[in-house]
Amino acid sequence: MYPANLYYTKDHEWLKVEGEEAVVGITDFAQQQLGDIIYAELPPAGKDLEAHQVLGSLESVKSVSDIYCPVSGEVLGVNSELSQAPDLINKDPYGQGWLVRLKLKDKAELDALMKAADYEKYLEGLEH
Amino acid sequence: MSYIPISDQDKKEMLAAIGVKSIEELFNCIPESIRLKGLLNLPGSLSEAEILGYFKEKGNKNSYNRYLSFLGGGAYDHYIPTVVDYLSSRGEFISPYTPYQPEVSQGTLQTIFEFQTLICQLTDLDIANASLYDGATGAAEAVLMAQRIKNKKRLLVASNLNPQYRQVIYTYTKNLGLEVVEIPYDEMGRVDLKGLESAFNPETSVLLCQSPNFFGVIEDLKTLADLSHRHEALLAVVISEPISLGLLEAPGKLGADIVTGEAQSFGLPLSFGGPYLGFMASQKEFVRQLPGRIAGETIDVEGRRGFVLTLSTREQHIRREKATSNICTNQAHCALRATIYLETLGRQGLRKLAWLNLQKAAYALEQLLAIPGVSRKFSGPVFNEFVLEFPEPWKNLSQKLEDKGILGGLALGNDYRGLDNCALITVTEKHTRENIEAYGQALREVLK
Repeated sequence: MYPANLYYTKDHEWLKVEGEEAVVGITDFAQQQLGDIIYAELPPAGKDLEAHQVLGSLESVKSVSDIYCPVSGEVLGVNSELSQAPDLINKDPYGQGWLVRLKLKDKAELDALMKAADYEKYLEGLEH
Repeated sequence: MSYIPISDQDKKEMLAAIGVKSIEELFNCIPESIRLKGLLNLPGSLSEAEILGYFKEKGNKNSYNRYLSFLGGGAYDHYIPTVVDYLSSRGEFISPYTPYQPEVSQGTLQTIFEFQTLICQLTDLDIANASLYDGATGAAEAVLMAQRIKNKKRLLVASNLNPQYRQVIYTYTKNLGLEVVEIPYDEMGRVDLKGLESAFNPETSVLLCQSPNFFGVIEDLKTLADLSHRHEALLAVVISEPISLGLLEAPGKLGADIVTGEAQSFGLPLSFGGPYLGFMASQKEFVRQLPGRIAGETIDVEGRRGFVLTLSTREQHIRREKATSNICTNQAHCALRATIYLETLGRQGLRKLAWLNLQKAAYALEQLLAIPGVSRKFSGPVFNEFVLEFPEPWKNLSQKLEDKGILGGLALGNDYRGLDNCALITVTEKHTRENIEAYGQALREVLK
């Protein structure tokens, strides 16, 4: 449920590093908590985001949740499939349900993120 | 009888439950010096008959109906077909609160859906909300909506927008770090294009203008839309006399991104400025930034057509401080009246009514301009209102006309520098040829 090649945040985003770039999405835990997602509000390409800044929001039938940017970077693009099929986030949160692609500003910021094992431990803590 | 449901016994039990001896002790955290001692200084109670008599007497002080009035400027005296009163006061529709629960309120939700549909048809835009408080709050919500879409802090507002609407925009935007810039008007009475061109900068979210504007002049919306879009800003249009939409091209067709306004003209009487009826429409792509409620069409578990509130995630009870607006309600009863009014008139009826307004205003303009000393202030095309200039301050003339039983027009001098000698004159389908000629005669006499 929590791929080992990803970084994780306490706000339940994941981040996958690809060279100088990174892809961001929400975790399987997050999509389960939100329920059926009906709309993804995502930032325009070119926008500079700081770590922990609000990146966008996800709307389910009865709630709206902010998504936070795991690290600083410039938005290179967003998943355009989501405007027609926001449920991809529920169906395939680590694949077709990705949200944005970032150009990383400072790779040192990755050290502050969790690895899969840490995140799973963190989730166990939440459930107790 | 007492209208306060809590009894002395209830009070005692409640105080005992929280361990307080008396109401005084409950409130002793409030400084003694500002605490109310004894009862409020109010007059004694009245019987039902006395109350009715009291309000009848107050009501008789309303003198408006004893005058021949040519006032407008945001509030219009149109004829209201009796069917509007009859249908809108049916018991099923009368409620102190708008019932939104789909299980019990299909009738109300359907009328809201129909209202939205009518507003979309009139404005030629994709989506409309269930209504807002009035035209002024609509104008303020429109600039905030444009600002959310564009995320830039400069807002251009036409100075020939209703001054009260402008005040509400200032109130709404005052503490938001936004920059409101007023655009001057030209000799036609329209938004001054040169002034507008120089006011745009890359930080501009929107141009908000009114058409017909506060001087009654119809704006060239196509040009304003093109100019706004060229500067990557939105065009928001305010319609305060929506009867004009029976004849004029729909603002959405001319390029307006947001259309808002006041729908009092659609079946609501004049009443000290309210309750009136704001409306708002936009393109579908902006639906998540549209304030207010939206009723949507759907099907129930048995496949039957039905109506529910939809897209509520924009609203305050879900999105909290990030909601599109603090408005979580609508003017449902006023919207119901507007719906009945428009559905009674129909497309052809509204068109005919708009023609009547246009023709009667044109006749009045011709009659009044024939009087020596009277001239037109602005050269732009008008619908049912126009500004005239007189050889002396309107304040003096207005008083003399009032003495003759005529409310001749709205003074502009308080809101616009240099227009002390001018008045905004409004003519609707209710004015007869005799009314218009009587006004001409009276004006001739007071100008002698």
